[in-house]
Amino acid sequence: MSRSFDVVVIGAGPAGYIAAIRAAQHGKSVACIDEWKNKDGKNAFGGTCLNAGCIPSKALLESSELYHRAGHEFKKHGIKTGGVEMDIAAMQKRRASIVRQLTGGIGGLFKANKVEGLVGHGKLLSGKRVEFTPVDGDVEIIEATHVVLASGSAPIELGIAPFDGEKIIDSWDALELDAVPERLGVVGAGVIGLELGSVWARLGSKVTILEAMEDFLFMADRDVAKVASQDFRKQGLDVKLGAKVAKATASKKGVSVEYEDKDGAQSIEVDKLIVAVGRRPVTDGLFADDAGIQLDERGFVVVDDQCRTRVKGVFAIGDCVRGPMLAHKGSEEGVMVADLIAGELAEMNYDVIPSVLYTSPEIAWTGKTEEEVKASGRAYKTGSFPFIASGRAKAMEQTSGMVKIIASEDDDEILGVHIVGPMAGELISEAVLALEFSASTEDLQRTIHAHPSLAEAVHEAALAVDKKALNFPNK
Amino acid sequence: MTIEIKVPPLPESVTDATLVGWHKKAGDTVSRDENLVDLETDKVVLEVPAPTSGTIAKIVAEDGATVEAGDVLAILEEGDVAAAPAAPVEEPEEQEAEKPAKAARKATGPIKTSPAVRRLLEEHDLDATMVMGTGKDGRITKADVMGFLKSDDSSNVTPGDPSPAVVEETLVVGAARNEQRVPMTRLRARIAERLVEAQHTAAMLTTFNEVDLTEVMALRSKYRDTFEKKHGVRLGFMSFFTKAAVEALKKFPVVNASVEGTDIIYHNYYDIGIAVSSDRGLMVPVIRDVDQMSFAEFEAELNAIAKKAQDGSISMEDLTGGTFTITNGGIFGSMMSTPILNQPQSAILGMHTIQKRPMVVDGDIVARPMMYLALTYDHRIIDGKEAVQFLVSIKEQLEDPSRLLLQV
Repeated sequence: MSRSFDVVVIGAGPAGYIAAIRAAQHGKSVACIDEWKNKDGKNAFGGTCLNAGCIPSKALLESSELYHRAGHEFKKHGIKTGGVEMDIAAMQKRRASIVRQLTGGIGGLFKANKVEGLVGHGKLLSGKRVEFTPVDGDVEIIEATHVVLASGSAPIELGIAPFDGEKIIDSWDALELDAVPERLGVVGAGVIGLELGSVWARLGSKVTILEAMEDFLFMADRDVAKVASQDFRKQGLDVKLGAKVAKATASKKGVSVEYEDKDGAQSIEVDKLIVAVGRRPVTDGLFADDAGIQLDERGFVVVDDQCRTRVKGVFAIGDCVRGPMLAHKGSEEGVMVADLIAGELAEMNYDVIPSVLYTSPEIAWTGKTEEEVKASGRAYKTGSFPFIASGRAKAMEQTSGMVKIIASEDDDEILGVHIVGPMAGELISEAVLALEFSASTEDLQRTIHAHPSLAEAVHEAALAVDKKALNFPNK
Repeated sequence: MTIEIKVPPLPESVTDATLVGWHKKAGDTVSRDENLVDLETDKVVLEVPAPTSGTIAKIVAEDGATVEAGDVLAILEEGDVAAAPAAPVEEPEEQEAEKPAKAARKATGPIKTSPAVRRLLEEHDLDATMVMGTGKDGRITKADVMGFLKSDDSSNVTPGDPSPAVVEETLVVGAARNEQRVPMTRLRARIAERLVEAQHTAAMLTTFNEVDLTEVMALRSKYRDTFEKKHGVRLGFMSFFTKAAVEALKKFPVVNASVEGTDIIYHNYYDIGIAVSSDRGLMVPVIRDVDQMSFAEFEAELNAIAKKAQDGSISMEDLTGGTFTITNGGIFGSMMSTPILNQPQSAILGMHTIQKRPMVVDGDIVARPMMYLALTYDHRIIDGKEAVQFLVSIKEQLEDPSRLLLQV
C-alpha cells in the first residue's frame, strides 16, 4: 500500500519548508520533497536562498565589507593593522560552513515538527498523487490530500552568452569563486548583479556592470537610486547604463563582451563574466500533463490571490508563481496556504513586501515610490533625513544615504518608505509594520526612538514630512 | 472558543426589550463590531454588535422574543474572518476550509488606537467607538478619524453603527441636474418609522392657544443677572414653560398618561422629554422628576443634556422613558405647528416664536410679546375639554408667573 500524507510539499526552499512546518504545526501529516544538490554533490534543503542566494551572498558581503573597512577605515579609528590581506579560501570556507549549518538546521526543524523530509524528485500526477523518485531507491507514488508546489526559480541563461561554469558564470558560480578575478564583468545591474559586483569589487576586482535599461535601479525611488548610483561609482563599480550586450565569447584569456550603447558598438575584455539578468520559474518535470496545472505565458504556475492552482487542493507558492522573487514573499505564501489547508482564513498583503539590496550602503524600501504616487494622481508630501546628521551613523563612519518618507497630503497615511544607508535592511522593518497598520507619519512622529540609533533617522524623516525635523534644517 | 452573545445592560426604567430582528443566521460568519441583532425598548433601538469575529453557532432567542438584560441571544464561535476565499475553478474548496477559524484576537477592553488617532480623538472629544476602522483587523487609522471629522454628513458613522453610508450618485439629465441617493441613517429611519407609527395608531388632534409673555420677560430681565450669578446658569424660557406644563399636568393627569392596548397608564412622576435638534437628527432626551426641580436645577440639566445630544455622547438612558414632551419650534422661527406625538405618550406641547403683536388690553391696542401654543393629543384618551383647559392652565401661569410660585 502506498504512503499517504495530508500535505505533500514539493520544494524545501524558503517557501516550501515554511509551508511544510506550518502545516505540521496545524496537526497535518506532512512530507516535503526536495532534490537540491550542491556543487559538492551533496543534497541539502533550503533551496536557492540558503544554498546559492541570500545566505551565502550575505556571508561574502560581510567578509568583503570588513576587508574593505580594514583597509580603508580602520586608520581613522586609530587601528593600525599593517598590511591587510584577504584569504579567499578561508572566506569561502566560512561561507560554506554558514550554509551547511543553516541547511542542516532545516532537517532539524523537520524532525522537531515531524515533517517527513524526502530527498529526491517530486512530480504531481493527476488525482493529487505525487510521484517521488528518491536519490537512491525505487519510484514511489504518494497519495496526498493537499499538494503545495514550491519548485523555485533558476538564473536566466542568455543565448548570446551561454553559461560555461568557468568564464561565463551564473550567480551561484559567482558565490563560489576561489580567486579574485582581476577584471569582472556583470550583465545586469539588478539586485543580484549589484550585490555580487560589490563583493568582488571590494575584494579587488575591477568591476564593470552592463545594464540595458537607461535608468539605474528603475524599480527604486529616484532619489534613492541617485544616492546609490553616486556611492557605487565612488566605490569603483563602473555601471554602464543603456548598454545592450550583443555577444560574449569565452577564450583562454578571458571573455570578450560586445555591447551597444548610445555611442554605438563597444567591447570590453574581462576575466570572468557574471550573467545576472533575472530568474525564471522552474517547473520542468514538476507535474504530469494530465495533472491539470496551468502555466502562464512566462512559465509561472497560474494561481489566484490565495495561491490556489486550478486543481482543487493543489497550491503553488514562492518563485514559481507571480509576484516578486523574494524569500520572504514565498515564506509568507507558505504560511498562508498552510493556514488555508488547516481550514483557517488567511490572506496576504502583497502591497507592503519589503525590497532590500545588501550593497554598501544598503538599499531598502516598502510601499510606493514617489514616481508611483505622483502617477496615481494622489496629493502627497515627502520628508527625508540624511544619515550625515545621525550621531550613530557618524560614529559608524557610514554617513552616506538618507531615509525618505512619502505620505498622503490629505490624511497623512504613509505611502512609501525608502532608505539608502547603513543597515537599511534592518531599518525597513519599522516601515513595513507602519504600512501594514496603515500608520500615519504622525504615528511615527509620536513614537519614541532610542538615542543614539539609526532608527532616529526614520523618526526624523517622519517629522520632516510635516517640516518638523528637529535635528536637520527643514526645507 | 465559544462566546455567549447576551442582551446588554438595559437602563433602569426598562425591564425588557423585544428582539426586532436578526441580521445574521446560524452558520453566518461575522466580523467584530458588526451588528448582529436589533433589540427594541420603548424608546430606542439597541444594536448588539459582535464582540469578536467568528461564526454564529446557534441562535438562542428568535425574532419577536422578549428578552431581559443578560439573557443569551446567540452563541458565537470565535475566529477570524477574512475576505471570502475565491472559489477554485473546478469545484468548491473542500469542507475543511469551511470550518470556523480559531485563535482570533480577543476583543476585550477599550479599543486600542495608534498615537495619532489618540491625539485626534482627544482633541475633538470623540470616542473610538464612533469611528469605523479600515486598518488591519478593523483598526482605526488617522485617515479614518480625519474622514470622520471631514464628513459633514454624520450619517457616515454613528455610535454602534459600524456600517458606513454608501452614497450613490446618479446622473439624471446632463451634468447640472443630478440627484443623490443617500440611504437613511439608522436613526433617521427609526425616526421616520416612529412618526408614521404615531400617525397610524393615535387619534391625533391639535388645539391652539396664545400666551402673552410680558410678565415672564419682565421677571426674566429683572432677575437674569442675579440668577446667573447665584446659580451659574442662564435663566431661559424653557424652565418657565416646563414648570408651567408640569403644574398643568398635575391638574390633568391624563395628559401625562400613556396608552397600552386598551389600558391607560397614569404616571405619578413627571419625566419631560425635550426635543433637541442635533447634527445626527432629532432626539428627545428626557429630564426626570421635573416637578422636584428648581428653575436652576432644570436649566443646568437642560444645558447638560443638550450638549450631550450635540456631541453624540448621549446614552440610551438619556433617551428612554418620558411621560410628556415639549418641542420648541420657536428657535427656528416657527409661528405655528402641529407636533406629532412621541408615542406611547399621549400629548406633546409645541412652543413657537415670540413675536410682538397688537393686542387689546383693557380696551387699548398695545404691542405685546406673544407666542402661540399648540397641544397635540391622543383623542382616544384625552377629551377636547381637558386638552383646551390644559393649554389655558399653561397660559394663565405664564401670563401671571406668581401662580408658578403658588402652584395655582
